Amino acid sequence: MARKLPATDVVIIGLGWTGSILAHELTGAGLNVVAIERGPWRDTATDFPTTYAQDELRYHIRHDLFLRPAQQTLTFRNNANQTALPIRTWGSFMPPNGVGGGGVHWNAETWRFLPSDFQLKTHLTRRYGQKFLPQDMTIQDWGVTYDELEPYYDKFEYLCGTSGKAGNIKGEKQPGGNPFEGARARDYPTPPQKQPYGPTLFADAAKELGYNPFPQPSGNLSQAYTNPFGVRLGPCTFCGFCEWFGCGNYSKASPQTTILPALVRRPNFKARTECEVTRINLDKSGKRTTGVTYVDSSGEEWEQPAEIVLLCAFQLFNVHLLLLSGIGKPYDPSRGEGVIGRNYSYQVTSSVNAFFDDKNFNPFVASGAIGMCVDEFNGDNFDHAELGFVGGGYLGAVQTNGRPILGTITPKGTPKWGAAWKEAVTKNYLSSYTASTHGSCYSYRDAYLDLDPTYTDPLGRKLMRLTFDFHQNELKMSEFLTDRLGDIVQKMGPRQLEKNPRKGPYDVSVYQTTHTCGGAIMGTDPKISALNRYLQHWDVPNLFVTGATAFPQNAGYNPTGTVGALAFWAADAIINQYLKAPGPLVKS
Amino acid sequence: MLIRRRDLLTSTALYLVLSASAGARIVSGALPWKPDAGSPPVPAQPGSWQFFTPEEGTAVEAIVDRLIPPDPQTPGGKDAGCALFIDRQLAGPYGSSRGLYMRPPFMDGTPQQGKQSPLTPAARYRQALAALDKYCRAAYVGKSFAELADGQKDKVLTELEKGPITFEGSSATAFFELVLTNTREGFFADPVYGGNRDMVGWKMIGFPGARYDYRDWIERHNERYPLPPVGIAGRPEWTSR
Repeated sequence: MARKLPATDVVIIGLGWTGSILAHELTGAGLNVVAIERGPWRDTATDFPTTYAQDELRYHIRHDLFLRPAQQTLTFRNNANQTALPIRTWGSFMPPNGVGGGGVHWNAETWRFLPSDFQLKTHLTRRYGQKFLPQDMTIQDWGVTYDELEPYYDKFEYLCGTSGKAGNIKGEKQPGGNPFEGARARDYPTPPQKQPYGPTLFADAAKELGYNPFPQPSGNLSQAYTNPFGVRLGPCTFCGFCEWFGCGNYSKASPQTTILPALVRRPNFKARTECEVTRINLDKSGKRTTGVTYVDSSGEEWEQPAEIVLLCAFQLFNVHLLLLSGIGKPYDPSRGEGVIGRNYSYQVTSSVNAFFDDKNFNPFVASGAIGMCVDEFNGDNFDHAELGFVGGGYLGAVQTNGRPILGTITPKGTPKWGAAWKEAVTKNYLSSYTASTHGSCYSYRDAYLDLDPTYTDPLGRKLMRLTFDFHQNELKMSEFLTDRLGDIVQKMGPRQLEKNPRKGPYDVSVYQTTHTCGGAIMGTDPKISALNRYLQHWDVPNLFVTGATAFPQNAGYNPTGTVGALAFWAADAIINQYLKAPGPLVKS
Repeated sequence: MLIRRRDLLTSTALYLVLSASAGARIVSGALPWKPDAGSPPVPAQPGSWQFFTPEEGTAVEAIVDRLIPPDPQTPGGKDAGCALFIDRQLAGPYGSSRGLYMRPPFMDGTPQQGKQSPLTPAARYRQALAALDKYCRAAYVGKSFAELADGQKDKVLTELEKGPITFEGSSATAFFELVLTNTREGFFADPVYGGNRDMVGWKMIGFPGARYDYRDWIERHNERYPLPPVGIAGRPEWTSR
């Protein structure tokens, strides 16, 4: 029997980016907030000091900072005719663990989505007609517009100190920035990072082709910055240990470097770490959550009653907890009905490898978000009428690392071992370059999440099951984007160039990105979305669900900027609307 | 959902195994920072094998020295310490698949579903090295793998990689992939783990190692970085007497 704790105003499940943002905003509004986090507390000096944070084996290869599959994983299959099998070790994506969540080990590429991305279905059908979209594509409008989100994107960027160059301030195009971006109220808080050799050559080549290259917006800072919460970040030193690693310099934006030092001082905030929420509780009506039940690391079960529950775990585990708690109608792909598990989407990435004779790129002088990008082929920035697909992505030379275990590339046909391999690695390490595309992934009727019938976790709960494969639309898009990227890289003058467009079937064992999306999406119709435009659950109005879980489909950008903006947007709605009149914020 | 007592005990044990920290706690009022509370890597000590038998160790030294053969500029896998690295990894949490999802049923799936074997890396090495020894002694008149000529070793390795050699009870190809992966790890990982001795792997390609600040080099385009590598434990000459 769970022991009952004193009630609190708000309980937050998961203390990553969105949990930290909401905890900060809601404690600021005077509410008592308890955050419950499955993983350990983490801080810079203790967990990733500069004396040993730069350890490729420990953090990248052996996954030291990530959730352990033994504790929680999911099963996977490409389609409903297969038997799903457990993901026994992480591959395609890397679920985070612990305080700070994915904010600890992201690359800090901090984008805004395009205005048309938020009204995708309306926009595409208006421009190309209803018949242009594949029949089984289930894209939706988000229910929120770019203009509505703009102030909250601004809040997230000024929280992080994001380094970049605006391309559009209040409708006026800015030279050197992204000409395709939606209008922003003001420039980035800090100037762009300095560029190494590869991105510089890439930008020159892109200009020659008539494109508009601009610096990748970066949460690894170009200079020291004190954010509105009084927390100070240092400048990035280009160590090349960003994604998969914690930053020892306090120069990568994360909950640790932007929020937590201010948040923990508030007397109305409390975090319980290494405590796993096992269910979200409902009252007898099923229309109201009464709080959560969790298990601590000694195996004791506790009930934390609360007036408001904020589900802020990683995308996948938000959906899992909703399914386990019986909240919302599970999605049934055969009938196309139900909402929990619906519209799972991902990201479609690809690359071009280039080998040079006369260049030294020093690939280890790197940062997770340092680089030059072009946006001519993102979203609907280009005419798709003759192309036979929708969607797009940015093309970039983003110099994230030169780590040697996984970061050495050799030309195709090189043996995998022996003297020829050794020679090729030696010859190409400093003089090869990889550029990449970062493409959208739209949603489909047959891509979804539900509970697995066979496999269980250590607490005896069913694992979640992922059914997903790439569709022709996305594979065509990836081929097109990779060709355009190849055109630019060819202009950089390599002796040899290899294009690697994304191919199917989707492989869950090969790392691509951790940008898993959807499963409890926001929208305008409760029949086909789990959440309203404020991330409020349609059926249980004192429950809000944050993160990429709410994305109806994924755009051609890294998701964290939008995840952060939505968290501030939801916090504003809770404080300024919900608290005044608790209940549904949108009539269903 | 009611959680049964037995499951709770199992999960508690799991938490204790997986977590290096003290367990559940409450953070409130101030950052819970304590000096010297981190967990730096534990350096691999030289010396006798911890996982391999002497025969297994000899075989693995011979394998890694063909996967990464010595040349006049750079030592091979053996002198770089790749076998020692693999031995220490197999004796530790990696060898026993600690933290991975190892619950049954184990079923073969598609390649896209990832590895599904119940074999831990340690068990795979043990089985495969015995099978390799048996194969070599049968095919090469009583010789172990380490006793073969270099050309014969390469032939055996190629036949493990691409067939036709098969092992009873475990996959020869899977073993080849595993030992190749671990050898590269040993050649390029920080020397603190026992491989990449004297940072030979890093020197070979021009990787400066565990440095943390390239601000003075970010705009020095197309110039070779001049400083030698450092590891987490510094450089040998800093600590040798």
